[in-house]
Amino acid sequence: MSSLDRTLEQLLVLASDHFQVPAGTLNPDDDFFKKLGINSLQTLDLLTKLETHFNVEIPDYELQGVSDFRTLAERIHSRL
Amino acid sequence: MNSFQGKTLSWEQTGEVVEVALHYEPCNEIGSATLKELEKLAGLLESQLAARALIFCSRIPSGFSAGADLRELYRSLQSLTVGQRRAGVREFLERIHRVFNLIDTTALVTVAAVHGVVFGGGFELALTCDMIVADRTARFCFPELRLGLVPGFGGVPRLKRDLGNGLVRDLLLTGRSINAVKAGAVGLVSQLVSEGQALRVARGIATQVGKFDQEATRAAKQFVKPIPYEELRREIDLFCELFNRPVVEAALRKFVESSDVQPYLP
Repeated sequence: MSSLDRTLEQLLVLASDHFQVPAGTLNPDDDFFKKLGINSLQTLDLLTKLETHFNVEIPDYELQGVSDFRTLAERIHSRL
Repeated sequence: MNSFQGKTLSWEQTGEVVEVALHYEPCNEIGSATLKELEKLAGLLESQLAARALIFCSRIPSGFSAGADLRELYRSLQSLTVGQRRAGVREFLERIHRVFNLIDTTALVTVAAVHGVVFGGGFELALTCDMIVADRTARFCFPELRLGLVPGFGGVPRLKRDLGNGLVRDLLLTGRSINAVKAGAVGLVSQLVSEGQALRVARGIATQVGKFDQEATRAAKQFVKPIPYEELRREIDLFCELFNRPVVEAALRKFVESSDVQPYLP
């Protein structure tokens, strides 16, 4: 498994845990706004959790146009 | 005993500590209703108040405050002439500045206990306080440039007072939010605490500061906390100058009409 895949895997686990959805229900290409039914404030909450977990700082403008987990993982991974 | 139950905020004095709780749905947006009640609080601060500390906190789960009431601002744009808008926004800002300056200079030691979104005007309210205690969910942001504006409630002069100019430029010019860990690392946040613990820790601070000689505390606070009056006045002028432009109305319309998938993201 590549390190990016590991990042993606961790992201999916964190997101399902944070929003309390069953593990395994989130897929890399899911639109997280639609799949999780979340708004921008909840997304910022998730961002905080991700920054803490991965020990990175992700400017939230880098999330512009990002709505799937795979691309989000790439953004996180680029900061590791 | 001082207490007040308002529509947007309430306060209660217990011993020598006044606790102000913001509770205006959806996220303590600061508009005319909040301003009116903050002015009542300002009146209390100007009275012979037998208190040593003032704590601000929020009962809204999503955060301390999402900032100015942009929906109210947009509605006012629709109903007023250009001349009325100019006068109205200046009057609003001058009133907010008067209240925020009073909080900034009160003899009471002030603590903002924050969580979740601490954006725009909400961030500016927190910056009037002597200390910010943030739980790990807190995020700080000046999103005003996204609307073609600059912070108008005194945020930039106060942030410059507390932080290195480089980070001030970053936050202002990118409109990005920073988390509580980063805010603690740069000295914006005095104490970083677990989720839900900010108010408890703020109460601990209030107890601690109440132990010391009141006159010495007042003098120390005045000594270490200069008020940038000239810059605050210039900020009002700059905000008013930028406000009456079509790009601002367009940005406000976009925010108000959004489905709220991404309006708080840059």
